[in-house]
Amino acid sequence: MAQLSCKNLTLGYEGDVLVRDLSFEVNKGDYLCIVGENGSGKSTLMKTILNLRSPMSGTITTGDGVTAREIGYLPQQTIVQRDFPASVWEIVLSGCQARGKFHPFYTKEEKRMARENIERMGITEYTERCYRELSGGQQQRVLLARALCATRKILLLDEPVSGLDPKVTNDMYTLIEHLNKDEGVTIIMVSHDVQAAVRYATHILHVGTTIFFGTKEKYLQSREGRLFTASIESDENLTIKNPAQQDIRNESENIATGNVSASRKEKNDRNSQEAKKDSYDGDMSSDKQRENEQPKAGGLQNESGDVMHKAGEEAGK
Amino acid sequence: MIDTLVYYFEFPFVRYALIVGVLIALCSSLLGVTLVLKRFSFIGDGLSHVAFGAIAIASVLNLSNDMFFVLPATVICAVLLLRTGQNTKIKGDAAVAMISVGALAVGYLLMNIFSTSANLSGDVCSTLFGSTSILTLSISEVWLCVVLSIAVVVIFVVFYNKIFAVTFDEDFAKAVGTNVNTYNLLIAVTIAIIIVLAMNLVGSLLISALVIFPALSAMRVFRSFKTVTICSAVVSVICATLGILISILAGTPVGSTIVVIDILAFFAACVAGRVRYGA
Repeated sequence: MAQLSCKNLTLGYEGDVLVRDLSFEVNKGDYLCIVGENGSGKSTLMKTILNLRSPMSGTITTGDGVTAREIGYLPQQTIVQRDFPASVWEIVLSGCQARGKFHPFYTKEEKRMARENIERMGITEYTERCYRELSGGQQQRVLLARALCATRKILLLDEPVSGLDPKVTNDMYTLIEHLNKDEGVTIIMVSHDVQAAVRYATHILHVGTTIFFGTKEKYLQSREGRLFTASIESDENLTIKNPAQQDIRNESENIATGNVSASRKEKNDRNSQEAKKDSYDGDMSSDKQRENEQPKAGGLQNESGDVMHKAGEEAGK
Repeated sequence: MIDTLVYYFEFPFVRYALIVGVLIALCSSLLGVTLVLKRFSFIGDGLSHVAFGAIAIASVLNLSNDMFFVLPATVICAVLLLRTGQNTKIKGDAAVAMISVGALAVGYLLMNIFSTSANLSGDVCSTLFGSTSILTLSISEVWLCVVLSIAVVVIFVVFYNKIFAVTFDEDFAKAVGTNVNTYNLLIAVTIAIIIVLAMNLVGSLLISALVIFPALSAMRVFRSFKTVTICSAVVSVICATLGILISILAGTPVGSTIVVIDILAFFAACVAGRVRYGA
């Protein structure tokens, strides 16, 4: 039985459907990367998996010894945390909070676990240090240690390398790979970094105008996979090589001129709901969703361009 | 100077004032850290205005003990204000501004229209700045204050770890199964209680100072949640005690004296922080 299975999920905000009919399974030991353009519903999907919001329809079930509360979570940094006076120890320990019945103070067992996880993340020397004085990579390790206090089985990582420099990014990926391969922790990672996703993941879930779910190998051969990875390469070379990429360019130009639904409908046989999702600009009222994503100057004019830009930026660092 | 103090402390109301002042300072500083970190600093201010409006209504209705009306009214508003953090049309800070200014205006209007007292501006002033009310506490009010303060401290200690988790990372806490809404509610109710208590000491306009200054001072010097909390409690109690003593000796208004001391403490903490961490 799968540790996590989502069936026929429909996700969205107040009547605006972002993702329709999404089904996938995550088994023990899997390394699943969720990729997709900005605003495609990655964050919403993640929040739904974590029970932070409920799906518009469909079900999420956990199994194979995992309960809904046992999904460890590595969130993106919030503004609050940037100047929060807390020691590494306090933060890691707070990962233990939701175990069983209410008791006001942490038990010896929980403290031992926190210490262990700090050790596993290689941040023992910073235990008493203040969180906000650490570097970005160290902070991510602290949050990862906290997530490990909440679970041993399945971790959900939200853009774990955003804002990290290339070396630290690599270290982070190696660390996650180690957790996955050597300690058998199931990984679900939301990422912009398609190259890394393709390198490390065993499975890919692509959300967007079309949905793909399958193994990495199949993804690379799929239409979504080729388009998405190609768009990044083309951005790096700043040349347009083949018709598939031309397609993407045209698409973003059309979006820029504002006739989103019309042009897309003609181009592909997408249904109207998906087109509606794309034109959410202006009436999608959730700030939270936007917080997690890059600001989109000028509305949607740069949907795929945005992704390219970001991936290029990260590679450039 | 000592003689003068000893002389004043022979009066029970002065002793009451000191006891109540210290307790209020302690309570207000405890949650101050959470409020500052959650970016809720202004909720204290908003709530105090609500409490002002409630007091006005209570005095119009000629209630014998307005605490029993003011407390529930403020608690309800606190809950409403914190709720606005989640999905509503009017966003957090706008909601706070709206409710607080609205309550202030309505309160003053009511006091003006239905005033029974000869010295209206004096009444308003003392409600806003708490100039004399701490010296006119009855023994029952003192007890109410003591009981509520103990309740606040106990709640804070018991839920300390949860409060930390909810303050630091609400989404994570929620994801691992902490009932975040309940704790936010608890924080809101506790804040409301503290505000109503603190009205006696510093008046409704100056409460925010009592809540945020000690927390900000402590955050300058210390780097972990526990030490910040403890330090802010200590700073707050010391400042309140000093403020009350000075105001007795110098005949200055209690509330503003305490706040001025808090401000001085904040600057001292800034200097201490610089010395300790360089830069």
